[in-house]
Amino acid sequence: MSSDLAIEAQGLGKRYVLGERGRTPLRRNREEIWALRDATFEVERGRAVGVVGHNGAGKTTLLKILSRITVPTTGEARIRGSVGSLLEVGTGFHPELSGRDNVYLNGAMLGMRRREIKAKFDEIVAFAEVERFIDTPVKRYSSGMYVRLAFAVAAHLEPDILIVDEVLAVGDASFQRKCLGKMGEVSSEGRTVLFVSHNMAAIRSLTSKALWLDHGRIAADGTTADVVSEYLASTIDQEVSGVVDLSENASRQTVGKFTAQRVRFTSVSLLDADDRPVLAFGEETPLRVDMRFDVRTPVRFLELYVRVKTIDGQRLFTSFGGQLESTVEPGRYRTLCEIPENPLRPGRYAIELVARAADPEDIVPTALTFAVEAGHLEEENLRYVTRADGVIRVPSSWSALEPDDAPTGTLGDAARRVPARGS
Amino acid sequence: MSAAATTEKQQTLVIRPPSGFSGIGLGDLWRFRELLLFLTWRDIKVRYKQTLLGAAWAVLQPFLTMIVFTVVINHIGRVHTPIPYPLFALSTLALWYYFSNGVNLTSASLVGSAPLITKVYFPRVSVVLSPILAGLVDFCLAFLLVAGAMAYYGFGPPLQALLVPLFVVLAGFMALGLGLVLSALNVSYRDIRYAVPFVLQLWLWATPVAYPGSAVPARFQLLYKLNPMTGVVEGYRWALLGSGHVHALNLGVSIGTALVLLVGGALYFARAERAFADVI
Repeated sequence: MSSDLAIEAQGLGKRYVLGERGRTPLRRNREEIWALRDATFEVERGRAVGVVGHNGAGKTTLLKILSRITVPTTGEARIRGSVGSLLEVGTGFHPELSGRDNVYLNGAMLGMRRREIKAKFDEIVAFAEVERFIDTPVKRYSSGMYVRLAFAVAAHLEPDILIVDEVLAVGDASFQRKCLGKMGEVSSEGRTVLFVSHNMAAIRSLTSKALWLDHGRIAADGTTADVVSEYLASTIDQEVSGVVDLSENASRQTVGKFTAQRVRFTSVSLLDADDRPVLAFGEETPLRVDMRFDVRTPVRFLELYVRVKTIDGQRLFTSFGGQLESTVEPGRYRTLCEIPENPLRPGRYAIELVARAADPEDIVPTALTFAVEAGHLEEENLRYVTRADGVIRVPSSWSALEPDDAPTGTLGDAARRVPARGS
Repeated sequence: MSAAATTEKQQTLVIRPPSGFSGIGLGDLWRFRELLLFLTWRDIKVRYKQTLLGAAWAVLQPFLTMIVFTVVINHIGRVHTPIPYPLFALSTLALWYYFSNGVNLTSASLVGSAPLITKVYFPRVSVVLSPILAGLVDFCLAFLLVAGAMAYYGFGPPLQALLVPLFVVLAGFMALGLGLVLSALNVSYRDIRYAVPFVLQLWLWATPVAYPGSAVPARFQLLYKLNPMTGVVEGYRWALLGSGHVHALNLGVSIGTALVLLVGGALYFARAERAFADVI
């Protein structure tokens, strides 16, 4: 048992009994599930470790056991050092209290001393950018301000071991970046971090090792790069035919259970110009997404979206099919979304399908993945502009060089244009 | 769950499935003492937020009840007391409200803190303790009213008034002991939420708050003596106003019950709290 280990877990398991408490005369009818089973792993001191897996795979259960919120059914964990856990931002925020009061209350809840909070108070408020409203009750805050203040408190925790659940899913993009930066600082300060996220880009940039939990068991434990690619590969159960059956798509779980499911996607495929399903595209061919779905009960104001993402889950663009004013009656439907000119540079991409009618009806975060292959444009281009420079190609034209002696803005007609396609 | 083994600088926490009886974690409660203070302070600060009358509610509750009692019990029911009835009722109502609000608020406290309990670790007992501590502020406000009434009726406090705080603490312990059991039960069985206010209402009438112990008919004497709140209320009244007697038996029942409730409640709570986050 080396003392260089911050966390040592031996056969940790957690069993839940399903079914309503209270009136249960027939106890034997209760169903049991193991949310976590036989989890054995070690985390070295000062290391940032990512935890990946579908919803319901046991990630949060693991974090809850390690942060002492719930007790394990089996096994044992040894934790060396103080633990700060962040399973939600703003735990304990009271709407009636001012921002100032909540900083103290929330800080104490997360295990900070009053003196410590006092010393960091100005820094916390500045990080959250809520200086003007610090004495206003937080119920008057916008949701953005609320989240920023809550995260700011948490970001100033200084435990030996920091346990973080999917908390970056909140807040606007720029604040998310700021949080990622702050978390990067935390892990580079030699603190041990256990970080759960569905955002593979964040896992990759913040952690060096990762655990993959699948149905309560540890499916892989190793370097982040290996574990993440193994995990991503498993989420794609694509059929060779190119038509992907979505009835049991596992990625739905990552968005939770809040979709109404009156509309449910059944299959999706990418079509070439001759309507044949394909799994790879050239660079100048149109992107054609053929999706089929069932409507179970009549739906008004149906909206369909096709979202194209990188394999890491970074959103690139979203095509919106418009809102259908008329009621869609129950039945099977299909529609084709066509993007005339494929703007994607070579690489692998994923398609997310979304159906909404005021509220989300169905979301399939990874409906299918596909490849874009390099053609003549990119073969030339890739020598100068790598994927790190961007993954979208937009048409552009550059004028010929000429001496800068004319007033600006008169380049116009005189310039001889050279057609070019840059990235 | 057990924490132990401290090396030079760093503690090792061992997390394992619980077995048998576990301690109530007084060590952790001490480590998180600032949180307990913050929770208490939050309860005080939040209680009368966005109300027109604010903290006046703490005084209005016993005051208005006293008026109703004076009309119904004193004038209509013709129950007579050795001291002016309004003062008689008001003084004990202040204590009774401390006790009954304490039981009410604590029994709902864990369920009311469900978002905290499922998301962060802290000694769960602190959310049960904080309403009892915060209730002292309300009691002090109501007690000012009692002091005013004493001055109005020309009652100087007797020497034994120094014992009043002890009876207040006894009422607080009784509420805490009940709160520990009821709050933990309420996590699994929400019936508690409906039962507690109702039972407290009945209990008020079974306790010599609105009437003196001497008015209790002989056939109810046993029940009257077994009521653990009898000793608290009578003792408190004796200490504050010098009226009535303190029976050793009544006081013994009160102190004994409070101790049993506290210890038993704490043990039950310690056992139940393992499952709070899963069941709540």
